[in-house]
Amino acid sequence: MLNYTLRRLLMVLPTLLILVIFAFYLMRLAPGGPFTSERPLPPAVMANVLERYGMDEPLHVQLWTYVRNIVCCFDFGPSFSQKDRTVNDVIAQGFPVTLTYGFWSAVFVLVLGIPLGIIAALRHNGFWDYTMTGLAIFSQIFPNFVLAPLLVLLFTLSWGLLPGGGWNGGQWQYVVMPAIALGTSYMASVARLTRGSMLEVLNSPYIRTARAKGLPERTIILRHALKPALLPTLTYMGPVFVYMITGSVFVDVFFSTGGIGQDFINGAYSRDYSVLLGLAILYAVLTFALTLMVDLLYAWIDPKVRAGLA
Amino acid sequence: MLSVRNLHIRFRTGDGMVHAVNDVSFDVGASQHIALVGESGSGKSQIALAIMGLLAKNAEVDGEILWNGQDLLAASQRDMNRVRAREIGIIFQDPMSSLNPYMTIERQLTEIVEHHQGMSRRDARARALEVMDAVRIPDAKARLRAYPHEFSGGMRQRIVIAMALMCRPELILADEPTTALDVTVQAQIMQLLADVQQDFGTSVVLITHDLGVVAGFCEEVLVLYGGRIMEEAVTTKLFDKPAHPYTRGLLRAVPNIEDPSDALTAIPGSPPSQHRFPQACPFAPRCVDAVDTCHDTLPALQKGRACLRPVEELT
Repeated sequence: MLNYTLRRLLMVLPTLLILVIFAFYLMRLAPGGPFTSERPLPPAVMANVLERYGMDEPLHVQLWTYVRNIVCCFDFGPSFSQKDRTVNDVIAQGFPVTLTYGFWSAVFVLVLGIPLGIIAALRHNGFWDYTMTGLAIFSQIFPNFVLAPLLVLLFTLSWGLLPGGGWNGGQWQYVVMPAIALGTSYMASVARLTRGSMLEVLNSPYIRTARAKGLPERTIILRHALKPALLPTLTYMGPVFVYMITGSVFVDVFFSTGGIGQDFINGAYSRDYSVLLGLAILYAVLTFALTLMVDLLYAWIDPKVRAGLA
Repeated sequence: MLSVRNLHIRFRTGDGMVHAVNDVSFDVGASQHIALVGESGSGKSQIALAIMGLLAKNAEVDGEILWNGQDLLAASQRDMNRVRAREIGIIFQDPMSSLNPYMTIERQLTEIVEHHQGMSRRDARARALEVMDAVRIPDAKARLRAYPHEFSGGMRQRIVIAMALMCRPELILADEPTTALDVTVQAQIMQLLADVQQDFGTSVVLITHDLGVVAGFCEEVLVLYGGRIMEEAVTTKLFDKPAHPYTRGLLRAVPNIEDPSDALTAIPGSPPSQHRFPQACPFAPRCVDAVDTCHDTLPALQKGRACLRPVEELT
């Protein structure tokens, strides 16, 4: 297992390098650049600006400088569009925000989605099953740009319970609505996934064996059925978790939370190459970490997978 | 001990009612071994599931299953759980899928006695080792921590049998215990069941489609067809003088080792549709000896056979 983990970690660096090279050239293929504007800069000024950001050099030299700065000094370069901010600043300010509401959103998804799915499966074709499935489908198709204003309308304008936006250092009142707005549709997916796999597991021969042992239903569900029933949810949650903690543009804009979801989109509009590349690397590293974690959890649950890793 | 009275099992399905078991009655006494024999779809496995209270949700059951005087069909879930594993154990057909792949063998064995007999983990482990020895799993101690996929098919079936033995039940229902195994392993497993019977005095209901397996093992045989008992007899008599044409057909379909030139005779036709409750002998359409009355009369089980023209009355 340790061996396997080390091998996986060794794969990270070359993959990241390939990612950086691809992303670097692809971005430059997009028309325009960070300093294009409606009123073109005079050529002399433009040359100056380009020189200041090292963009007068050939592309492969720029790439080399970029990679070298990351490796030697963990320096992701200056932002091209936000003056006096480095990419390190952008991430250091924005990532804790999305990490916070994304994490709590994931907690909300799991803590609500899994039990709802299990209850629906246990009451298969009963009242609670239909209610749960109906609600799940409803919240899955309910877009967050409708849900978020609705939340604000209720919790802020009608009841005055929660602030309608802002971040304020991540106090819980500011985290609740972003987390719910971001998580609801995923929560519904998790509930449906859990319900489906739980139903399948409950119909399996080894659950019949457990019943034949005369064990109480609770033991059968918790000890025999839960682990295998959670495997599909686990697979699903890996990438979703990455998506959540890197934030959503919509949530960042609507609740003015100032997370990196917003920076990513702004970066794309203004061709802020360095911010985009920095965020892409962050995204990739997180994806690596989470998929590795999911795989290890899988091995922990499924002895056959574990045997395959040894 | 176990007394099944007029058991009917029906399933509500998308295309109507399926009558799986019709009016089946039999008794099992202490340390008795009986066999339920029949081809696929004859309802034999459903009888075992009905006794354990494990029928699918779309099943409708009538009749009585008396277990030491208690009607299991009327028992609450709680009472049923007290009977399961503790008093009646079951061995399922497919050892590949009937063990939980995510749990160690140890846990799957120990949880039974921990639950039913309130044993400590330690005592339960000792019992598990003892039972694993009894079913001859080599090196039991080292293998306790293993998972099902680390065992061969035969070994897994031994584990399934060990599970059924954990609480020393009075009765074991063995539902095609050797079907999923290859022939050499089959013999070992049957020998094992015979030994278990001897050592623990357990009664066994053996459910099988294989008359060869029955011969050395059971004192009494019930032959099922289309969900009904066709013949009920002491094993030796059944083999010597089968009374029902269906039993005779079955016996002819078993290869004869002394005379390999003897061609196997298949029973013509295929099993009956079970969508309607039978109004006539279900075997009549395939029976070579059937006469007109066979097609419109439902023969009752008399003198151990449900037949209007039993074999001994022909000639």
